[in-house]
Amino acid sequence: MHAMLAVVVPAAETQPSDFWSMVFVFVLATFIGLGVIRRVSRLLHTPLMSLTNAISAVAVVEGISITGANYPTIIRILGVVAVFASMTNIVSGFLITDRMLKMFKTTREGDRT
Amino acid sequence: MMDFIVPLAYLVATALFIFALHWMNDPKTARHGVYAGVAAMVIGIVATWLEPEVVHHLWIVVGMAAGVALGIPLSRVPLTAVPQRTALSHAFGGAAAGLVGVAYYYLWWGHNPGHLTTFRTTALITENILGFMTFTGSLMAAGKLQEVKWIPQRPVTYKGQNVVNISLLVAAVAIGIWVIVHPTTALAAKLFPVVIGLALLFGVLLIIPIGGADMPTVIAILNSYAGLSAAALGFVVDNKLLVTAGALDGSSGLILAIIMCKAMNRSFANVLFGAFGQVQQAKQLEEGKTYKPETIEGAAQVMEQASTVVIVPGYGMAVAQAQHKVRELYDQLKKRGITVKFAIHPVAGRMPGHMNVLLAEADVPYTDLVESSDINADMPQCDVALVVGANDVVNPAARYDKTSPIYGMPIIDADKAHTVFAIKRSKNPGFAGIDNELYFADKTWMLFGDAKKVIGDLVKQLSDQGGIH
Repeated sequence: MHAMLAVVVPAAETQPSDFWSMVFVFVLATFIGLGVIRRVSRLLHTPLMSLTNAISAVAVVEGISITGANYPTIIRILGVVAVFASMTNIVSGFLITDRMLKMFKTTREGDRT
Repeated sequence: MMDFIVPLAYLVATALFIFALHWMNDPKTARHGVYAGVAAMVIGIVATWLEPEVVHHLWIVVGMAAGVALGIPLSRVPLTAVPQRTALSHAFGGAAAGLVGVAYYYLWWGHNPGHLTTFRTTALITENILGFMTFTGSLMAAGKLQEVKWIPQRPVTYKGQNVVNISLLVAAVAIGIWVIVHPTTALAAKLFPVVIGLALLFGVLLIIPIGGADMPTVIAILNSYAGLSAAALGFVVDNKLLVTAGALDGSSGLILAIIMCKAMNRSFANVLFGAFGQVQQAKQLEEGKTYKPETIEGAAQVMEQASTVVIVPGYGMAVAQAQHKVRELYDQLKKRGITVKFAIHPVAGRMPGHMNVLLAEADVPYTDLVESSDINADMPQCDVALVVGANDVVNPAARYDKTSPIYGMPIIDADKAHTVFAIKRSKNPGFAGIDNELYFADKTWMLFGDAKKVIGDLVKQLSDQGGIH
């Protein structure tokens, strides 16, 4: 009944969401996640957490979509805050993960000389 | 053209994320995981940015620049502060997903109500409850870990607490269901913020009764929620990259939470609603039990004559920043041909893997960091167990005392070593408020003082005697 108003939203988004294919993707990704994470070295659980945190901050792409589109200002403000929050997680997450992983060594610098 | 490129980019990014996590299975390949993750992120961001709908660029650049400006200092915090940084990043993740969800709801409500299908609105409500409760819950957790003044460190409990919490959640879900059934009405637009408000409040109240000893589990659960809120956002906007990345994060948090719960022999429900650290205050030790203090010289002498020393680190090591001194002690003992291992309990510290990272920072080879379940069989052959700021994870009461709140928790059998030295800041009980009878055992000798100073003195004592051998 509100079909006339649909023009604002880009064409790609007007397709009905494919409920079942999304659920399939989610369930399969969860199984892959459980399988992969279970084998992560227990030594690395702290860096694992910062890495997965950076990965889930890929939500930044939705922030970009709404900040950059021709939407009302208030919507774009919410978007830019989301971009900021996600980007903080991406930058700090990857950097601190790498910083921690660099520290895990089998031998120490001193031992090799 | 973009219709083809964007899904392909998202598919490549998804694959790279999976590889990133796969490479974390060994410290040798783990850094590839970071590079794969960064590559995936860049691919995802660039592909989205190039979409024709994205026409304004300035704000995106500003948001990103602000994120980089805050992200860099956050990545340089001392490693002892990593638990609070992690909690903070869960808060940011929850907030980001929540805000995008709010934006889409009002966008569709005002301009395209046909989009608010039952499926989409359900995902939106789920995502908002998860995202916003993760936001305040994680902020509270970060505040507790950072020991912010106005956030109580000790668990705060009151009568009927669980009833209040659960009613709040039920109210949020009930109002959410009403919005799902009538998503395009004027009232729904007014009730939507109410759901958010209840979720924010629920997040705060959920974390208030949590004590420090439960932080590893709670951080893992919040990690899972932050991931699930991102996945739910993926459902809202039909973005499979978000669904997969969120599912990976969600399952990671779930597995870590399960490992933490198993390591404490407790259930999720018990951690979240059990208010650990309150009940056991009542239990007092019988009179007549006294600590036996030992001098640095005496302890150094015993250690020198040992052939195996097992060091059991705990949160006290992190608080005192003693990891570097511990490494020096490790060096001194190794120099004498003594076998030195570290026994790491999964819940030692304030987040999963906390001790491993601190000791790796101090340059201890990770091959000498042993999981508690693997080292227990060797404990009876161990000459000296040195407990550095650990408490509950070495409490033998967990094995037999059914009245103890930690009964059934798998512990490190430090009490089976021939001699035990325990470093303790004061004579007060540990964080969970439980008295530890290991400290009163015949074979146990106490070294009172700040962990960093005590270990430093031990190192000095040992290095002074270094020439004798």
